Amino acid sequence: MREVAVIGLGQTPVGEHWESSLRILGSEATYLALEDAGTGLPDALLVGNMLSGLSCGQENLGALIADYAGIRGVPAAKIEAGCASGAAALHQGYIMVAGGMAETVVVCGVEKMTETSQPDTTVALAAAADAENEVAHGLSFVGLNALLMQRYLYEYGYQRADFANFAVTAHRNAVNNPAAMFRRAITPEAFMKAKLIAEPVGLLDSAGIADGAAALVLAPLDLARSLGKPLVRIAASAAATDALAIHDRADILELRAARISSLNAYAQAGIQPEDIDFFELHDAFTIMSALSLEANGFAERGQGVRLAMEEAISLSGRIPIATMGGLKARGHPVGATGTYQALEAVTQLRGEAGANQIPGCVLGMTQNIGGSGANIITHIFERVS
Amino acid sequence: MSLASSWRTRKFRLGFVGEICPQCHAKLFPPRDICPHCGGPAKEPLAFSGHGTVYSYTTMSVAPRGFEGQTPYVAALVKTEEGPLVTAQLTDVASDEVFIGMPVEMVTRHINEEGDDGIINYHFKFRPELAAAAKH
Repeated sequence: MREVAVIGLGQTPVGEHWESSLRILGSEATYLALEDAGTGLPDALLVGNMLSGLSCGQENLGALIADYAGIRGVPAAKIEAGCASGAAALHQGYIMVAGGMAETVVVCGVEKMTETSQPDTTVALAAAADAENEVAHGLSFVGLNALLMQRYLYEYGYQRADFANFAVTAHRNAVNNPAAMFRRAITPEAFMKAKLIAEPVGLLDSAGIADGAAALVLAPLDLARSLGKPLVRIAASAAATDALAIHDRADILELRAARISSLNAYAQAGIQPEDIDFFELHDAFTIMSALSLEANGFAERGQGVRLAMEEAISLSGRIPIATMGGLKARGHPVGATGTYQALEAVTQLRGEAGANQIPGCVLGMTQNIGGSGANIITHIFERVS
Repeated sequence: MSLASSWRTRKFRLGFVGEICPQCHAKLFPPRDICPHCGGPAKEPLAFSGHGTVYSYTTMSVAPRGFEGQTPYVAALVKTEEGPLVTAQLTDVASDEVFIGMPVEMVTRHINEEGDDGIINYHFKFRPELAAAAKH
């Protein structure tokens, strides 16, 4: 196995891109990442995407994005793992470079969610849940997360308001991210006043519908050293699965796939959770943030939400999360989210995060969750001197 | 739900029939033919009683396509008396009357339609246990 570095980054802003199609967003991010790397034609393109068939009637994205990004001819394919599609593509790209099957691989997460109306987008998103046994009952992703949150409140005795700081922190951090969708702060009062979409989940508990694309170029560390840029390597890449349907899990308040993938990631990197300088977690819903902090060893069971209540998740806190706005405020173009998280982690480790820079950070972790906890992929990035 | 899916799933959807694993005796709902607990084949049918309690619930205020006209409706995880959790809608109950631990029983109800010209779908839902309600 070779050590793998990230040598190129490219992204579009996250938002409602009425003027740009799926292919234009994907090809722009891919082009920018390849330009940043400066290493010419890649050996392969992997596209992370979840919804293109349902949202745009378009599949076969590998060939399409390769063509439109100006690299027609390279091997290319779409990788799908629900909302974890971006990280799944990154994981496969890592395997290709680490295993010596490719020198440079460009990984592009892309999603176009505004092409359809809200009820159609909601039903398309729900395709990452169990169609026959969850969605057939009228459950949406919001509804499934509401079932988790309601049980969490019941078992541990928290109130909705206790989750406010997850959203407040994400929005505060997004203000300084030029690529973020919601670059404005919110107050805990606004969080509480927001409309309930599926009680107890309110509008400001959840990430909105967005378009966007983010891409990274991977290469062996030895090649990366010759480029004379800040060096960031992938110290760990680990994936795990759990039952697709929440009702089939042994314990609905444990993200078992998160625990397994992060334990494997910590072992690969030879580190402990307390060594992590910041954590780009999958804050699609505030309840996911709480469960994720618990599953990955940052909080005891039932204590994840306390990290938000105690401000431990802010940029200067014990475990900063969503440092560029997270899914909540940078935005959550589902299949692209995993590559946005990775791009932001590398940006932090390069020391290029501007006003949101975590001083002296060395180790950053990202975690992308597909479904309501079914497919979870963890990456750890390390600045190399 | 497609027409084919509607037909294929009729036994568990309308009859509330799951499976029992012949090796480890785990009770399974919905049926899946391979036991997730021991990994062996599990195709023996088991009719579930339809009784259980509410494990978690939510009121859906924004619906996916196919359920738009029905909001607000209550969806829940129900802990069956046989053990497995089941996802389903609650019916015959106001959303502010639902609580975790509420005894419920399975009923067959209309769930939605495939547009104006398509089939009408039926599915299991759960209502407050009539015997328990009578005691109050």
